Amino acid sequence: MSKGNSLFSPANKKLLFGPINMNNPITVQVLGICSALAVTAQLKPAFVMGISVTVVTAFSNLIISLLRNTIPPRIRIIVQLVVIAFLVIIVDQFLKAYVYDVSKQLSVFVGLIITNCIVMGRLEAFAMSSKPWPSFLDGIGNGLGYSLILIIVGFFRELLGSGSIWGYKVVPQAFYDFGYQDNGFMILPPMALILVGVIIWVQRSYSKELIEEE
Amino acid sequence: MENIISIFVRSIFVDNMIFAFFLGMCSYLAVSKTVKVSMGLGIAVAFVLTITVPINYLLEEFLLKEGALVWLGEEYANTDLSFLSFIMFIAVIASMVQLVEMVVEKFSPALYNSLGIFLPLIAVNCAILGGSLFMQERDYANIAEATAFGLGSGIGWLLAIVAIAAIREKLKYSNIPAPLRGIGITFIITGLMAIAFMSFLGIKL
Repeated sequence: MSKGNSLFSPANKKLLFGPINMNNPITVQVLGICSALAVTAQLKPAFVMGISVTVVTAFSNLIISLLRNTIPPRIRIIVQLVVIAFLVIIVDQFLKAYVYDVSKQLSVFVGLIITNCIVMGRLEAFAMSSKPWPSFLDGIGNGLGYSLILIIVGFFRELLGSGSIWGYKVVPQAFYDFGYQDNGFMILPPMALILVGVIIWVQRSYSKELIEEE
Repeated sequence: MENIISIFVRSIFVDNMIFAFFLGMCSYLAVSKTVKVSMGLGIAVAFVLTITVPINYLLEEFLLKEGALVWLGEEYANTDLSFLSFIMFIAVIASMVQLVEMVVEKFSPALYNSLGIFLPLIAVNCAILGGSLFMQERDYANIAEATAFGLGSGIGWLLAIVAIAAIREKLKYSNIPAPLRGIGITFIITGLMAIAFMSFLGIKL
């Protein structure tokens, strides 16, 4: 009976939901920016990327946590990379099989999940020293926090840049007739950086304790 | 020859690893507080990129690509091992970084000490694996082109991290809104720098 309680105890819930706001991998831990920004010109690739990273983070955390007592510390980076690369190959083949067009759009960034700092960072900081179930939850939580930022950035870039969401036009034709124009600038890479900067600004204005002292 | 120079210049300015593709952003943000340290990391990254891209190019040409195994015999003409490329590339990168670390430690202890912990960390820098994956995607014609691309991307990355470090040193004296301090303003400045770098876009060489 107590198993059901311990699986979702308050400590475990904190692992799952903490990374979504107060401990967000992108805006607070500053991990995994590399692939986060390049895939967010539209909502759909951003969403697929978020799910892929969540899956890889969760399962690599689980596997490394199961192996943590048998991995010699000196070669742990290689072992971690092999486990991650193996999971990423599965995800890559899966995407190619079921959502080929998105897989083409993501191009090298699926492969780059291997060196995504979120995955490595969580393995080093959490999975190497924790039990499998909390590690799994920590992986899912961090993946979700990452996806959340990707989806916010992707939503605004697609809405303002192409006037559509998920590939469907949402800005009515009448607007264009009045002279409204899509902001082509939003599609370009630099705006992703500036948008993340603004998200950090908003988040830290609400959560004062995250403000950095310099 | 012209082609090689064009690839080299393109990879520094137009296809800059940081400003156009955001590769290696993690270490770019974490290690850009002083110019001196970021210079050391930049040189190390450029060096490793210049070594690993040509090696992975040879792997791709003679082992992984569809039909690449034809030198073993006619019956391998249809073998396609490209699904293994992620794991092969990362293995090459991890072992090269290890090798470079040992060589540098043996022959130039001074450089080794100044690079310190950054050398092993390069193995997980997205820019390195990104370089190899872009090389695979763009399908360069020969090894000289691949090397030019590797060196160019490395120099571009070095340029970017030194530039942001110089700006961040000066930022200490400015009055930034509290929630934007640190990472927030760095993101926005990088965005502005990326816009500046976009002016190279139209250049044809």
